[in-house]
Amino acid sequence: MPFYVSPEQAMRDKADYARKGVARSRSSVVLQYAGGILMVTPNASSVLHKISELYDRIAFAAVGRYNEYETLRKAGVTYADVTGYQFDRGDVTARGVANWYAQTLGGIATESIKPYEVEIVVAEVGAQPDADQIYRITWDGSVTDEPGFVAFGGQADQVAAQLKERFSDGMSLAEALGAALAALAAGSPAAPGGNGDQAGLTEAQLEVAILDRARAHRTFRRLRGARLEELLTESRDSDSGPADGPAAAEGAESAQGAESAQAAESAQAAEPAAQEEGSKPAPGASDEPPTGPAPGGVDGAPRL
Amino acid sequence: MGGNFDGTVRQPAAFMTARIPSFTDFLTTYAPDLLPGFRGSLPGGLMLPGGTLPGGGPAGGGELVKNLPHATTIVAATCERGVVLAGDRRSTAGNMIAKRDVEKVFRSDEFSAMGIAGVASVGLEFVRLFQVELEHYEKMEGRSLSLEGKANRLATMIRGNIGGAMQGLAVVPLFVGYEEESGTGRIFSYDVAGGPYEEHRFHSIGSGSVFAKSSLKKLYHDDMQVQDAVLACVQALYDAADDDSATGGPDLTRRIFPVIATITEDGFRRVPDAESGEYAEQVVAGRMRSPDGPLAPLRTNR
Repeated sequence: MPFYVSPEQAMRDKADYARKGVARSRSSVVLQYAGGILMVTPNASSVLHKISELYDRIAFAAVGRYNEYETLRKAGVTYADVTGYQFDRGDVTARGVANWYAQTLGGIATESIKPYEVEIVVAEVGAQPDADQIYRITWDGSVTDEPGFVAFGGQADQVAAQLKERFSDGMSLAEALGAALAALAAGSPAAPGGNGDQAGLTEAQLEVAILDRARAHRTFRRLRGARLEELLTESRDSDSGPADGPAAAEGAESAQGAESAQAAESAQAAEPAAQEEGSKPAPGASDEPPTGPAPGGVDGAPRL
Repeated sequence: MGGNFDGTVRQPAAFMTARIPSFTDFLTTYAPDLLPGFRGSLPGGLMLPGGTLPGGGPAGGGELVKNLPHATTIVAATCERGVVLAGDRRSTAGNMIAKRDVEKVFRSDEFSAMGIAGVASVGLEFVRLFQVELEHYEKMEGRSLSLEGKANRLATMIRGNIGGAMQGLAVVPLFVGYEEESGTGRIFSYDVAGGPYEEHRFHSIGSGSVFAKSSLKKLYHDDMQVQDAVLACVQALYDAADDDSATGGPDLTRRIFPVIATITEDGFRRVPDAESGEYAEQVVAGRMRSPDGPLAPLRTNR
């Protein structure tokens, strides 16, 4: 080091850098539905994946820099495979994987000059819906347990707000996909009006995968081609009706109720972050990612 | 990942480094003690080059190794658009029956399966490792290995155990798979030094293989339907059990029947026990009338 930089300053710079990187990415959503866990992200490539299989009942979804999350994905697959081989396949859990990621990302954020510009989600489908687990891990290694659904990536706040309104327990796959697409459309900078943007995401522009609760052994499955086309049509049909009707409001309310505990918890954790975010112009309006020092000081509390 | 019990620390960096997507290769550097067949070093710095058994060379360990449970006969036959793999249920320790309901036929992935003959414990470890190996590649690379790729990979893994094989811990697999591009089933055999040797039409390994193969030779014909190929395999296993003391026949009293797997365009299917029982009962009923089984025509009729 040629000159002195205080640790506070160094961590702030890293936090800004990583957040900017993540904010440039498009949002992704992971949510529960009756038959398992659904993962949806806009992705023009059909071969460079943002959503992948980690283990029998565990999936990995990421946003940010491809080479960095690809490294993390492969490391996670290796971690899971070694653990499962060493003990038993049932001994690999999303919690274990998430903690491993947290430790690894935390180490990178502290020790290396450049932090990883990624945000990842590790989801596990349980035998029953209440055994499902969704963890979100940010660039600095913070882990949050996200019951029900999570939105992450660039415009995560808007997407999460939309998703919260539409999410309810026990949705069908088509309903869940409809909710996911509507939420993603809310975060899409290309169509801030929200009119017709949902129809803009076609089968070819989407990456969709599920963890199917009913399947034995490996539960991860990609939905594409005709199957996805069919689901998209179905979800649009089912979504167009109740979107503004009283049923939607009711659904939102019940979701609100179910999520209130979690909301309170996360609000407590990220209160300063939320306040600051509120004072900013809507990030959807421009591509410019939110900047400035981390609101929580040097702790690097996640705000996306 | 934490440290080892001997105080050395395994680096998480090992997980993040770019490498060839082989699980076995990764374990070779990361945790060689997890590999089958006593490779690498044991805790305490004791090196065991070439898989020497602790506490004895061939003289001391010979008797011990001979009395380890051994898996016996496996048969495989290709059929129309698929392949069948079947194994008896006996494992033998010296002149004793170690277990009468052991399973020696395993799914390795959606379109392949393997059966094992030789030292059962090492064989089971190989199966588990090979299953992870195939799945690991698939997850890392986003595609399955080609059938030849799988067969070659298994050869390298078996060759890695040659030290153990020299000490008597030999295990030999029989690998079968369905090739989606050509729509055919294929069979690969191995020896303790590796392989693979592609076998055409049918093959058998293990102690009763001589009898099973001779039986299949008379019963097999090209382009058999799956059901017919399964029946031929069960007949062959019966013939092996008939003449080889280490191979178990169908056990009608305990309802223990051969493990049968078929691989077709629909993927791997383990024939359910009830169905396997029907095949076995059919064979036994036939042998009640004709103890040596169906007779092949004496002259080739054209």
